[in-house]
Amino acid sequence: MALSRDEIKDKVREALVDALGVDEDEVTPEARIGADLGAESIDYLDIVFRLEKAFNIKIPRGDLFPDNILQSEEFVQDGKMTAKGLEELKGRLPHADLSEFEKDPKVDDIADLFTVDMIVRYIDLKLNEEGG
Amino acid sequence: MRWIWIDRFTEFEPGRRAVAVKAVTMAEEHLHDHVPGFPVHPPTLMIEGMAQTAGVLVGDAFDFTEKVVLAKVTRATFEAHVRPGELIRFEAEVQGEVRREGAAVTGHITRNGEAVAEIELMFAHLDQSREPVELGNENFVFNEDFVRMLRMRSLRDLGKPAPTPEA
Repeated sequence: MALSRDEIKDKVREALVDALGVDEDEVTPEARIGADLGAESIDYLDIVFRLEKAFNIKIPRGDLFPDNILQSEEFVQDGKMTAKGLEELKGRLPHADLSEFEKDPKVDDIADLFTVDMIVRYIDLKLNEEGG
Repeated sequence: MRWIWIDRFTEFEPGRRAVAVKAVTMAEEHLHDHVPGFPVHPPTLMIEGMAQTAGVLVGDAFDFTEKVVLAKVTRATFEAHVRPGELIRFEAEVQGEVRREGAAVTGHITRNGEAVAEIELMFAHLDQSREPVELGNENFVFNEDFVRMLRMRSLRDLGKPAPTPEA
C-alpha cells in the first residue's frame, strides 16, 4: 500500500499540528521544527511517537533526529563539523538537504536541518525501504 | 508532606493501562479556597491525578528504575465539574508501548460513567533524554519510600493479598 507524497505530507502535517499545537498553515515544507514551529526537546519524541502511529512504522532512536553525533571530537572542532563529521552526518541523514549547511557547518545550526520537508522525505524513504 | 492525588488503583495491566480512583471530600482544604462558595476539584489536580496514574504505569514498565518525569501536557479538555462526595476515575492507556526514552499516554477521566476530561500526556525518562541532566544516580522520582508504599498498597499484585512490609 504505497502512499503518495501528498498523503505523506498530510499525515506529517497532522502529526506536527497535534504535537506542537501549531496551525496547519504554519506547517510549510521549509518550516524548521525548532526555530519556526517552536519544538522543544520533548516534542521531538512526541513527533516520533505520532509518526510511528500514523504510518505504522518503527523509528529507531536517533534515526530521524540524530542526537548523539555532536559529542565526538572527531566530528566536531571549534563549534564546527569536521569533514569527517559531515560525512557521518550525511550517512545518518540521507533524508536531509545539507547543501546550504555544508558551506558553514556550525554545530549550532544543525537543528535548522530538521524541517517539515526532511520528515516527509524520511517517511518516504522509510516506507519504500519497508515495502521492498 | 505527600503529594498524592489518587487514592487507589483498581485495575493494572502492566505496560498497557491502569485505572485509579479518587474520592473527593469536603475535608480537603483546597475545595473551600479554589472557587469560594462553589466547591469543585480543581482541573489542575485532575491533570496531576492522571499524571500519577500514568506515571506509575510508565514507571512500572522498567521496574521503577527510570526517572520518569511528566514532560508535556499535550492536551487537556474538561467537560464537567467534580463535586464533593463524588468518585473520580482515572483511566490511563499507553499509546503503543513504553519506550526506552519515554511514553505517550491517553487519559480519560470519568465520574459515574460520565465524561469529565480527556488528557494526553508525554513522559520522559530523564537519563535517556536528548539533553541529559546530571542528577546523580538516586532515583528521586521513584525513591525507596515510594516503591515500598506502592507495594504495601499491592499495586503490583492487584487482586492478591498485600505483602508483608519488609522489616
